[in-house]
Amino acid sequence: MKLNIKNGKIDMSHGSGGRASALLIEELFLKYLNNDWLAQRNDSATFNIDAGRMVMSTDAHVISPLFFPGGDIGSLAVYGSVNDVAMSGAKPLYLSVSFILEEGFALCDLECIVISMAQAAKDCAVNIVCGDTKVVERGKGDGVFISTTGVGVLPQDVNICGSKAQVGDIIILSGSIGDHGVAILSKRENLQFETTIESDSAALNHLVADMVNAVPQIHCLRDPTRGGLATTLNEIATQSAVGMHIHETAIPVKAEVAAACELLGLDPLYMANEGKLIAICARADAETLLCVMRDHPLAKHSSIIGEIVADKHRLVQMHTAFGGQRIVDYLNADPLPRIC
Amino acid sequence: MKYLDEFRDQNQAHNIAAAIANETRPDRDYRIMEFCGGHTHAIFRYGVQDLMPNNVQFVHGPGCPVCVLPIARLEAVMQMLRQYHIILCTYGDMMRVPGVNRRSLLQARAEGADIRMVYSTTDALQIARDHSTQAVVFFAIGFETTTPATAVAIKQAQAEGLKNFSVMSNHVLTPAALGAILNAEQPVAIDGLLGPSHVSSIIGSQPYEHFAQHYQKPIVVAGFEPLDVMQSTLMCIRLLNQGRNIVENEYTRVVTHAGNRKAQALIQDVFEIRDTFEWRGLGQLKNSALQIRQTFAEFDAERRFPVEPDVLKENKACECPAILRGQKRPTDCKLFGNGCTPASPIGSCMVSSEGACAAYWSYAGFRVPANNKQYENLSG
Repeated sequence: MKLNIKNGKIDMSHGSGGRASALLIEELFLKYLNNDWLAQRNDSATFNIDAGRMVMSTDAHVISPLFFPGGDIGSLAVYGSVNDVAMSGAKPLYLSVSFILEEGFALCDLECIVISMAQAAKDCAVNIVCGDTKVVERGKGDGVFISTTGVGVLPQDVNICGSKAQVGDIIILSGSIGDHGVAILSKRENLQFETTIESDSAALNHLVADMVNAVPQIHCLRDPTRGGLATTLNEIATQSAVGMHIHETAIPVKAEVAAACELLGLDPLYMANEGKLIAICARADAETLLCVMRDHPLAKHSSIIGEIVADKHRLVQMHTAFGGQRIVDYLNADPLPRIC
Repeated sequence: MKYLDEFRDQNQAHNIAAAIANETRPDRDYRIMEFCGGHTHAIFRYGVQDLMPNNVQFVHGPGCPVCVLPIARLEAVMQMLRQYHIILCTYGDMMRVPGVNRRSLLQARAEGADIRMVYSTTDALQIARDHSTQAVVFFAIGFETTTPATAVAIKQAQAEGLKNFSVMSNHVLTPAALGAILNAEQPVAIDGLLGPSHVSSIIGSQPYEHFAQHYQKPIVVAGFEPLDVMQSTLMCIRLLNQGRNIVENEYTRVVTHAGNRKAQALIQDVFEIRDTFEWRGLGQLKNSALQIRQTFAEFDAERRFPVEPDVLKENKACECPAILRGQKRPTDCKLFGNGCTPASPIGSCMVSSEGACAAYWSYAGFRVPANNKQYENLSG
């Protein structure tokens, strides 16, 4: 029996743990993801780690649409956990992956997703060492959900943490914001509009490695994903018990992203990113860090967007391009378009 | 962004701010009501108030479609969802408005009701085409800005014979709200007004002339960009200094004296004026809203799916009504920040991004210090 990838669909037997499951693993998952650990066919993976502390993070992906300009759920699931591990300054090494597949999901689409994951893992230099597959009845899933967990190793002298922002520190952003959010919105079923914007979905671990190598004493790193830049800055302000002053004119927003947000009444500050990070470091380290970042292809447009200030209310305040001032709050709910 | 950046230019803002500072008389106050939530939003998002002299104050008006919708209309549609097997379509802003027991359409959806967020009436029509065996109701709200799109949808549904499509009309009329503000028993103290932006693109600037003359207040039709708001404020200050109670149009790139006659004809064709309609904050107002004409009765959800909502009272502590009348500021409300925030709104003014409370909370940093009940502007 062979898996009919071209025309076949996922059925309940693929999640039964029996012969059909084995076929799916053999002819699809192992075909593209195989490595020494998966080849052993054990229930768990055993691996050695270098000296240092271990870092672990997990991320579930339920994105719609599954394929979008600039990426797909497969690569996004790999980058998600890799980036979360990297934000501690660690080197990501191993991933686990769980698929929840909906009955009727096309095997050819699943193959595209798995190929994309394999390529993403290769780009990140991580190995997918264990996995699981479950199938849910038609109507009880949204095609495919993917959950990944990443493990990495952190050198002893690196201590990057959301609570370490200090008054006087500088805030650096690695590039333009809102690309992912707008790319996804443009392909939503009921909101299709033409745009050339692609998701910024990318692995940030190599960029972080360069940054940590140059400035091991970075205070905070975080990727502003859901909730956007505004929410991430507020999270750090709360964690570190500080305020922030940022400058609207210093925050890069692509013209197409700005236009789409304008049309829909949304704010790029709250749009999701999947390949950007913010770094907070001592003023004395800012120039070195900025240079290193700008040398990396994923952070060519890095800029200093503001600084940490003392503020018992922990507010993020923005000097607007218009010359006024306003606070920038957490995202309160899913951004909804305005009526008029 | 071309055609937008020009209206957000910092140097121009400083020039207009200097002109305003130069032309305001120190011996008087200028209390100017910006009618629309879009203006309020621009004032706070761009920090326009920071650029004004102390004696120029903005009073926030009722022009926020979500904010003025009374709880009874939301409850009526909730009942419609309970009694009939319908798919409800509505604009995103409407989804979070708390109704009875703070229950919103988002919560109703989570509990199983079929509610779809749409971006235009075209989406609602498509949902009707895709679900031909199910009744699809479009919950239409908004001032004259959104009414023509609803009229087009109804005419399109008729042309296609799309019999499963209907509309619950909550469209309201701007002049009625303006009249209610100026003609109130205890009218709010305002010297002049910034007139509606998008609404005026449909109805024109002409309908405001009667109000300017009768109530002796200058009205300047103002766009929603921050420089529009500032330039209109300057024009209003000049009219006040000259004692001229007339209508001027700052938003000439979009608004004409007569408005969009084609859109007006469409509205006229499909809708007629209701005898009376309840507004949150302004109460029952005669001739203030639109209902679907008899000719299009088969597309009128209120006729097809009749409901009898209970008599409902708004939360007494919520000051949305007084805020919508311009009589109170968000920070005068006991609930502001005390249980009512954009994350968990009690009043509609905290829900919509055009609501005054949401603007105060989200942009201006008004918060309650822990040991002090007085509000302070923390960002100032």
